Amino acid sequence: MENTINTGYILELKEVSVSYTPGKYAVDKVNARIAPNTVTAIMGPSGCGKSTLLHAINRLHELYPGISTTGEILLKGENIFRMNPMKVRRLAGMVFQRPNPFPTMSISGNVLAGYKLNNISLNKKEKGLIVERSLRSVNLWDEVKDVLNKKGTFLSGGQQQRLCIARALALKPELLLMDEPTSALDPISTSRIEDLILELKKEYTIIIVTHNMSQAARISDNAMFMYLGKLVEYGTTRQMFTKPENKRTEDYLTGSFG
Amino acid sequence: MKKTKLSAPRYRLMKSRIFFYLVCTFSLLTMIPLFLIIGELIRKGYKQFNFDLFTKVAPTSMEAMLARISGDAIPGGILNGLAGTLLILAVAIVLAIPLGIATGVYLAEKKEKPLARLVRNLSDLLQGIPSIVIGVIVYIWVVKPMAGYSALAGSTALAIMMLPMVIRSTEESLKMLPDSLKEAGLALGGSYSAVVLRILLPSSFSGLFTGALLAISRVMGETAPLLVTVLGAATVNWDITQPTTAVSLLIWEFYNDPNLASLIWSSSLLLLLIVLCINLLAKSIAKKWKIQ
Ligand SMILES: Nc1ncnc2c1ncn2[C@@H]1O[C@H](COP(=O)(O)OP(=O)(O)O)[C@@H](O)[C@H]1O
Ligand SMILES: [Mg+2]
Repeated sequence: MENTINTGYILELKEVSVSYTPGKYAVDKVNARIAPNTVTAIMGPSGCGKSTLLHAINRLHELYPGISTTGEILLKGENIFRMNPMKVRRLAGMVFQRPNPFPTMSISGNVLAGYKLNNISLNKKEKGLIVERSLRSVNLWDEVKDVLNKKGTFLSGGQQQRLCIARALALKPELLLMDEPTSALDPISTSRIEDLILELKKEYTIIIVTHNMSQAARISDNAMFMYLGKLVEYGTTRQMFTKPENKRTEDYLTGSFG
Repeated sequence: MKKTKLSAPRYRLMKSRIFFYLVCTFSLLTMIPLFLIIGELIRKGYKQFNFDLFTKVAPTSMEAMLARISGDAIPGGILNGLAGTLLILAVAIVLAIPLGIATGVYLAEKKEKPLARLVRNLSDLLQGIPSIVIGVIVYIWVVKPMAGYSALAGSTALAIMMLPMVIRSTEESLKMLPDSLKEAGLALGGSYSAVVLRILLPSSFSGLFTGALLAISRVMGETAPLLVTVLGAATVNWDITQPTTAVSLLIWEFYNDPNLASLIWSSSLLLLLIVLCINLLAKSIAKKWKIQ
């Protein structure tokens, strides 16, 4: 943990490679360091390894049989591959492409799902506080405070996605990983989530995979451009969008990608 | 030119119409036996279908004969059979459902692992084994070592028959859940077992419940495996180590005794009604509790 003070980075990727099949790298020797309270956008064409890299950061990629990972990922200076995977996943919350509230659980049940799954027992007061804090932090509290016992699946798509963000935030993670969180949403819901991301930055460090370049420009401080598993370019978003160093990045950003 | 253009659709239309009528005819044909059976049961059974059926045990042959001679309705009911069926089924459920669900979870998770394939095939095979064979096997496994017929032996036989159905319905309903549910659960730091128990199984509850109900209604009327395992009993028995009877067994006994023959219909009608109710319940649950 003292490494945090040394480096000032919350997350460090060192020569991270992931392969689903031997010899084929979905993520190829990625090196990057991410500072706390920033939004980092990961961009790149379909299949370039964005989701795989994101999943590796909370070790969710280990679900796939036969996957192999090399390199180091340091979360606050600690190598996540030497930590308990369940602890890693609590520290790095994940929001998925499609809103996926648990269909049998109420709205408050969904927010508290992380505690339930980790067998952490809470009293009624604690539950109420966590539900309110988490729903407030995603600006959903006023909309749902009277229907907390209704099923989460009754909400609109955008509300469901904010509920899923609240569910991840309820566990007070260090990192929030988002895999194209707005690609299944309408423009209004999308812009609400973008505003939310900018607010959440004050408390959390956010890494977001996005296909939407204007979204990356609007909300991210730094941007990564991946191509064929490699991290081709990584820098401030402003620099990437104004004068990209790499030809491929430029082609992608200007839309002249083959 | 015009003619061929018109005739082709007309020909096709006729073909599809003929096909439609054929399908309708055949489905009506398949309904005929069902309605005949129900009609026959009601016609012959309604006289004996009374309160006694639920509150009194089956009469002895002598009692029935005396009633017949004096022209009265046959006294008694099938309370001992109802109690036995309930007991045997309850224990069978306790044996089959947890095991079947656990196996179904394994099959749904490990889909193509060699062991999963083997288990899946064996389970399909089990479904094809004649029920009397299962009865005889259970006789050797349970009745002989316990030195006596028992409700437990009958439950074991019925549980073995229920297993493949429970396994299949569990596997199928888990497979219908999106992967994203499992991912979301694991991403929150849940252990694998917590995710299965707290998210996956509850989310497929309606499928599991429906499958269990259908399995129950399927074995409810089984007679052959019970003949060689529970033996039968003239009184109500709630002890799983003792011989017991069941509605289906009583029907078989009534059939073998001319004095009791008129009880066949009312008890069959009752059994049919129970099975029908369970099926309808299963259908309505499947509809109502379907996720999304
Ligand atoms: N479950 C999987 N099994 C095998 N290969 C996979 C799997 N998921 C992704 N891949 C491969 O890994 C590469 C990166 O995929 P992914 O990380 O999903 O890309 P992106 O999110 O950038 O579209 C692709 O070539 C894809 O075919
Ligand atoms: Mg992806």
